[in-house]
Amino acid sequence: MNSSHANSTQRIVLRAEDVWKSYDDGAITVLRGVDFTGFQGETVALCGPSGCGKSTLLHLLGGLDEPDRGRIAVNSKELNRHSSPLRLLRHEIGFVFQLHNLIPDLTLEENCLIPTVAAGFDRKAALARLHELTDRTGLSHRLGSKIQKLSGGERQRTALCRALMNKPRILLADEPTGSLDEATSAAVFDLLLEIVANEGVTLVMATHDRGLASRCGRLIEMHDGRIHEPV
Amino acid sequence: MIFLKLIVTNLLRHRIRSLISIAGIAFSVAAMLTIVTVLQGAVAMFSGILSSDSQIIVFERNVSDLFFSSVPSEAVQTISSWSIVQHADPVLFGIVSSSDHPIITCFGITDADARLRKATWIQGDRSNFGKDANGVVLGQRAAEFMSTALGRTVQIGHGLFHVAGIINTANGFEDGGVFMPLSSAQAFFHKEGSSSVITIKLRSKEDVPDFKAMIRHSFPNLVALEDEEFTRSYSQFKILKATAWAVGGCGLLLGGLGVANTMIMSVFTRIREIAILRVNGFSNGQIATMIFGESAFVSVLGAIVGLLIGTLFLFTLKLIPALHGYVDTSVQPLVVLIVIVLALLTGVAGALYPAIYAMRIRAVEALRFE
Repeated sequence: MNSSHANSTQRIVLRAEDVWKSYDDGAITVLRGVDFTGFQGETVALCGPSGCGKSTLLHLLGGLDEPDRGRIAVNSKELNRHSSPLRLLRHEIGFVFQLHNLIPDLTLEENCLIPTVAAGFDRKAALARLHELTDRTGLSHRLGSKIQKLSGGERQRTALCRALMNKPRILLADEPTGSLDEATSAAVFDLLLEIVANEGVTLVMATHDRGLASRCGRLIEMHDGRIHEPV
Repeated sequence: MIFLKLIVTNLLRHRIRSLISIAGIAFSVAAMLTIVTVLQGAVAMFSGILSSDSQIIVFERNVSDLFFSSVPSEAVQTISSWSIVQHADPVLFGIVSSSDHPIITCFGITDADARLRKATWIQGDRSNFGKDANGVVLGQRAAEFMSTALGRTVQIGHGLFHVAGIINTANGFEDGGVFMPLSSAQAFFHKEGSSSVITIKLRSKEDVPDFKAMIRHSFPNLVALEDEEFTRSYSQFKILKATAWAVGGCGLLLGGLGVANTMIMSVFTRIREIAILRVNGFSNGQIATMIFGESAFVSVLGAIVGLLIGTLFLFTLKLIPALHGYVDTSVQPLVVLIVIVLALLTGVAGALYPAIYAMRIRAVEALRFE
């Protein structure tokens, strides 16, 4: 089912067509013929109960997993088992997870530089980008801090900086504030929306929090592996 | 820099495990270095006995051990008479035992032999060698462990001999050996009319091919080899060297298993971390490089520590009076290089399975489970 409130002139950056996904040799079907279109610069919230397939859809859109059936395209390029997701993960898509997923023995700066090391970016340019992002997220005074020394909010902001280091055009966020208290969650989400708006990044976020979801440009309901009509 | 830190950080996270792996490689390297160096030293010493002021060794064809070689006296006389030969010295090897020493090497030589000429005479005079059929010259170490001196009588094997001189030589085997007149040695070892080898010095090195051809033609049951050629091809040396490397290699294999264990644990305990790196764009090659880098770090550090331990151990061996002169502890650069390369290869081999496992980790599966 195609769900689109977006202007038809906007460029399509993400597309899923009749996507099916199951686990345990088909015993558990998580996605049942999902159609989804994401436009450049929009913010989309995927809402629904646990197990409805939100995270799985994000993983498929980011090239971390392959659908059993159906097609996924990012920036008009179809993903298939023969295409490496490396280009996507290095240049086009950033991920933020519920848990910050930072490497504890590295500093904030080193964690954020990981994507630039993977992509082989120039260190000077990478540091400039790091300072730009940490200035915006209020982390510039914590660059040399180990992850254990950071608060929950700081860790999630660090994860956001890391996801945006290589200037991806798409940000896929899986319950990005799910592990934070209400106040911190709101603050981090404000920051997330501000940054994606400033950078023109497309945000697709899976969340249980309807309050946060309602602040996105588009809200999509998922139930039992299917997308329902937009609210 | 971050890449390097990712490698080192993981080793520092599990310090004890890393140290055990480094120690495993270090002790393996030390064992290999010690065994190979000592045996190569022994081989070099034995070669040195044969090549004393000579270029070529002539011995019986197809014998596995020079102690079993029998070269007839006629061959010595004939070869000595060839114009291209400067001198031909027959040597008869024999092994006897005394009450306190199970192995004493005996050399049956002529009074013209280079060993007597080149040695430092501590007691006695070279001119007296061979005048008395029962007179023997002892190496300094042999004289020490037999507690004897010039003019005294010593029991060697089943015979009693008169000490006609004591000499000091740089070669441990010679210094711990007994030099007998050739004819006495032939009688003592029941090898009348023969010697074990003939050591040859030619007037010109260019005559070596001609000399070999003459031996082939005149004495088809003998073989002539240049010193280096002999050291390379002598089966006993080959067996010794192969044994040394095999024993050392087994040690290194055990060290490698230690590295493999460490690396497997290292990968298993950070599956999620590897998944995070994948999500952030790390390729299979980068993940594998990280794992191999970690094992290479352990191996190289282990090799360096092992070389230090091995060198220290060799130095200690050299200080032990009982081994003085028997152990050549000069470490060959080639051996060091081979040991380091083997340690590195062992580390890489140990990291092979963990690296493949790490490359197969699917980020989506690793991240699904908290």
